[in-house]
Amino acid sequence: MRPPKRLRRRLKSAVLLGLCGIAVLLMLVPLASILYACFVNGAGAITPDFFLKNPPPPCNPAAGAPCPVGGVQDAILGTLLLVGLASLIALPVGILAGIYLSEFEDRPLARPARFLADVMTGIPSIVIGVFVFGIFYSFAEAGWISPFSVISGYTGAVALAVIMIPVVARTCEEALRLVPTSIREASLALGIPRHRTILRIVLSAARGGVITGSLLAVARAGGETAPLLLTAGFTTGSIFGLSGWTPSLPVMIYEFASANYPNTTQLAWGAALVLVLMMLLISVGARLALRNRFGGRVA
Amino acid sequence: MGEAPVGSGAGADARPGPPGVPPATTSPLARGAARRLRARAADLAFGWVALAAAGALVVLPVLLVIVLAQNSWMSLVRFGPGFLFGRTWDPNLAPITFGAVPFVAGTIETSVIALLIGVPLSLGAAVFLAELAPDWLRAPVASVVDLLAAVPSVVFGLWGLYVLVPFMRTSVDPFLVKYFGWSPIFAGHAGSQSGQSILTASIILAVMILPTISSVSREALRATPDSQREAALSLGATRWEATRLGPLAYARSGIFGAAVLGLGRAMGETMAVTMTIGNSNRVATSLLDPGQTLSSLIAINFGNALALELSALVELGLILMALSLLVNVVARLMLRSITRLGGSTA
Repeated sequence: MRPPKRLRRRLKSAVLLGLCGIAVLLMLVPLASILYACFVNGAGAITPDFFLKNPPPPCNPAAGAPCPVGGVQDAILGTLLLVGLASLIALPVGILAGIYLSEFEDRPLARPARFLADVMTGIPSIVIGVFVFGIFYSFAEAGWISPFSVISGYTGAVALAVIMIPVVARTCEEALRLVPTSIREASLALGIPRHRTILRIVLSAARGGVITGSLLAVARAGGETAPLLLTAGFTTGSIFGLSGWTPSLPVMIYEFASANYPNTTQLAWGAALVLVLMMLLISVGARLALRNRFGGRVA
Repeated sequence: MGEAPVGSGAGADARPGPPGVPPATTSPLARGAARRLRARAADLAFGWVALAAAGALVVLPVLLVIVLAQNSWMSLVRFGPGFLFGRTWDPNLAPITFGAVPFVAGTIETSVIALLIGVPLSLGAAVFLAELAPDWLRAPVASVVDLLAAVPSVVFGLWGLYVLVPFMRTSVDPFLVKYFGWSPIFAGHAGSQSGQSILTASIILAVMILPTISSVSREALRATPDSQREAALSLGATRWEATRLGPLAYARSGIFGAAVLGLGRAMGETMAVTMTIGNSNRVATSLLDPGQTLSSLIAINFGNALALELSALVELGLILMALSLLVNVVARLMLRSITRLGGSTA
């Protein structure tokens, strides 16, 4: 009686564990397919024009005349401006808030702030977009800003910043917590004031984690689409600063994908290729740096 | 906010002066006192600045609720609780009618199906990576899986629209209709042959939540003490039985928490769903029907909505926020037992 039963158990074990291995392979299929599609459809769009021109008007190749492909100069510029301004707001606030959560954790505000930061990271980004749009909409109703600047690069940058702040704060807090208490005590024992201890010694010891955490947040903001769709708008024309509708690469991909003209679709694939390569580069780099420094994952 | 002054108590400046020396007018001592005073003032100022930054973490969510409530007020007053039960969304109807049912249904349908597809896959991958894979394979494969998390949502949408949707239209959907069309969930209705459907959106969502679920449950599996595996193996269990009795049982709450965390992500996802779900404002009865989620309707209609519709869309945002808040709090409670995970993975 025993051998067949034992065989069955071993067979079951092999089959189920084999399925686990297949699951890993299946997970890799979509990633491979996405990268392949981006390269095949998008590599052709990456010419010097891609960075130096703006998108052409929609063009139907059936009409006979060749369709220009053009480029996405102002969308790249728009993304850089939006993410730049958002980082300018979010990184200082986020890092200082992270310092508060880690170094002043005995204060009464630290626990609710940490809890609410976690809550904020769970709120869908499109809701953040509605929220920031609502703020600026109220400003316009109150007459503080012109109704035409409710949808503008500034609104978009604020929306990105609101998404980034809790992420930066929590990763910064985690990084600061890895700094041994003895370092703080040693510095304080030498008579160095607390703010200098934190800024010069603790922050400097944790800079690897803080920088990579910030970088991951910046990368995430660079790929955000839904909030920008509501707050920054889109235009295929040139931009002048952030005061008007500001195109960005992600929103452009969405608009061109839905428009479905061959030449602009190719631009969308090109932009997707650029975006994906940028994200992969940043995320691989950040992960490698984190692994080397702390021997484990942080984000 | 009822904060104690910064730097009082712990801090270098709290050190008393040298004993026995009177606080005199000699210049080195006076200089030292002045320096301590300056350091103390700077500590105080720094504490207030950090407090202000942390205050932003508290103020933003509170402000979020206030702003959403204020901007959806018109719709809240006009439709009342009936908004939650209305099945029609039509700004052109004689009395303008807005109801949330099709979108709440679409959100729940897509995210639950995404979970049904995604959990077995990512759990299998997590078991493989945590229990079976040799060390040299573990780190590279794990980081490749994590790369999926770095791909922006709109790129998933582009891929979905131009790669997955045609594949569904030509291969998967006809197959399902032919062999499973007898059941209502795979019925092929007229007008649902575009490839854009609840099912397509769910598949994309499943792919998008794979890295979240698999990395969190991998951590949970890895936290199992070796004694659990060894005990099962020493009793003659096969490798699978040892995995099921040891890590899988031990990490149950962590795995459940990972799945709920994935559910939360799936519910809030916008762009990829918007581009693949087909955008029909009716309740989908078949998985092959087009549909709409809370987030995809907001994304599509927000730009050209007028006063009352804008307000109703903001109310949908409020509902979406409440749903994802609920799910996230549950996930965090389940994950709290595993240290660090609760905070750093969302």
